[in-house]
Amino acid sequence: MDLVLDFLFGPLKEIWEFPTFFVEVVVGGVLSGVMYSLVALGFVLIFKASGVFNFAQGAMVLCAALTFVGFMDLGAPVWLALIGALATMIALAMAIERVVLRPLVNQAPIILFMATIGISYFIDGFFQAVWGEDVKRLDIGIPKDPIEIAGVLINTFDIVAAVVAGALVATLAFFFQSTRIGRALRAVADDHQAAQSVGIPLQTIWVIVWSVAGIVALVAGIMWGSKLGVQFSLAFVALKALPVLILGGFTSIPGAIIGGLIIGVGEKVAEVFWAGRIGGGIEDWFAYILALFFLMFRPQGLFGERIIERV
Amino acid sequence: MIYREAGQFKTSYAADQAIFPILQDRIALAILLAVAFVAVPLMASDYFLSTILIPFLVFAVAAIGLNILTGYCGQLSLGTGGFMACGAYAAYKLATGFPELNIVLVFLLSGGVTALVGVAFGVPSLRIKGFYLAVATLAAQFFLIWLFTKVPWFVNYSASGVISAPPRAVFGWFVTGIEATPQAKYVFCLGFVAVLALVAKNLVRGRIGRAWMAIRDMDIAAEIIGIRPLHTKLLAFAVSSFYCGVAGALWAFIYTSSVEALAFDINRSFQILFMIIIGGLGSILGSFLGAAFIVMLPIFLNSVPTAMGVPLSTSMIAHMEFMIFGGLIVFFLIVEPHGLARLWQIGKEKLRLWPFPH
Repeated sequence: MDLVLDFLFGPLKEIWEFPTFFVEVVVGGVLSGVMYSLVALGFVLIFKASGVFNFAQGAMVLCAALTFVGFMDLGAPVWLALIGALATMIALAMAIERVVLRPLVNQAPIILFMATIGISYFIDGFFQAVWGEDVKRLDIGIPKDPIEIAGVLINTFDIVAAVVAGALVATLAFFFQSTRIGRALRAVADDHQAAQSVGIPLQTIWVIVWSVAGIVALVAGIMWGSKLGVQFSLAFVALKALPVLILGGFTSIPGAIIGGLIIGVGEKVAEVFWAGRIGGGIEDWFAYILALFFLMFRPQGLFGERIIERV
Repeated sequence: MIYREAGQFKTSYAADQAIFPILQDRIALAILLAVAFVAVPLMASDYFLSTILIPFLVFAVAAIGLNILTGYCGQLSLGTGGFMACGAYAAYKLATGFPELNIVLVFLLSGGVTALVGVAFGVPSLRIKGFYLAVATLAAQFFLIWLFTKVPWFVNYSASGVISAPPRAVFGWFVTGIEATPQAKYVFCLGFVAVLALVAKNLVRGRIGRAWMAIRDMDIAAEIIGIRPLHTKLLAFAVSSFYCGVAGALWAFIYTSSVEALAFDINRSFQILFMIIIGGLGSILGSFLGAAFIVMLPIFLNSVPTAMGVPLSTSMIAHMEFMIFGGLIVFFLIVEPHGLARLWQIGKEKLRLWPFPH
């Protein structure tokens, strides 16, 4: 009984006694949540526009980061490496559209999902074969020193990451809301057939969506890569983004952001205050259980479109 | 000319409902079983038995399990590895906790334990659908593996965290442990697989299987014609987890003899998912074909470059394996989304007409 009480209320007592530390943990959680959102964004973009649940997003993060670091190691300056990586991602998007999506048009969503698992295996193998598999350091000059704001220690790197994510989301929102292509993308997301019948070229749209997802993957890859080093485990970052995705809803960009923040904070708080009491290492599954809990009440995620099956 | 049902009249309902209504099929199956049970253990080398045939059989059970859930009931699951681990650890706890318990019973009970766990994780399936559910099953995967790694009770407090199969015998023959011969293990495994496959085949073509398929095709319509979604889905989760649990127990006890939880990580789940995609969703035969394909492919990939005189570094082979795997999956999905089982069916149709064009 004491054990249970300690498990339930012990951490709360700690939080009560050290509020600054708790705030620090929460801020750390918010910032790492931003990093999850970065990856989740790529999923949402593709799901919204083509209804494909793109499991290869993690592999795309890896491949973007590998290409970027690979070019930098060859001696290219940052801007050139960036252009090279961008070009690679766009080429990849075109190849995926041509080789995989076009022949699989009109197949069941589950088939397309499995095809993206195939793509993810292929990309993992291919880009590691090209660029090698050892851990590479990625340093594009983002400072990593902790600074103190109002008595709370924050890593500068995390702030930069948050700013980058914010800028990315703002750009995407602008792109989707106010440009011609963005409108076309939203039309395709709403109804493939209707969009096609008013003259929107589906195949071009898919290439654009996958390219945009590739660019998001590149940003995520650079941020995660400078945090963890560029290596194979980067592909598993996608597994951390999945709970964010189901929590926020597959179809919502704000959902990806809020979901990321909830998961980030929940995970950090649970890790710091509760994990020690049950053996630690809970970061693998805690996010999933948290997301599952939310799903019980809102099966389409917090911001997902309500699934109407019967009127 | 050889393969034709002309002249085979059915005079009873039982004959009409037989699994293999055509005489030639029954003969072929009898020959196959005779070869598998008698000829193979006598002739095959130990290496062939323990690195190809036994894993094939174990994977086939797991693939049947996942196929019941995903192929028949339409609930996409990525938690197969977790359920297999559950079966393996349940079998270990049962076998070490009750040493006099028959090993067959241990395996069946561990399947039962896994079925309970599967039902627990299947409960959300009533509200959560499609990809949301697929991601939710990942929770089972990660949570179960974490549980078995972190809680020392599951490994009987051994420091290494590895479970080793205790030696157990059936009819005086050792089937697990060090003294068990590959032949004994193989026959034991095959017996299990044959019975489980027969049960699965009969389940999916009966009332229960039809309820599953109705839920898969459109759950609202199924509900309206009187199929209870909660019961049906949970039953699919239970049966599927039972099979996965038995597969996990067979894996830990028969195939590898000692195993740690990481052997059942997320990649295992994907591997089994690939088996049912390549083999054929919603087909028991497909589960076998897919398992055979996935087991053989890495061996094939490893031996071909060496045989052709192109030496490749091990890391290069690993990358190639990833690429070919991914490429093949996409290729199969494009060319034949219904998998190898469908190709087999087409072949049989052709054979039935041969040598006439129509």
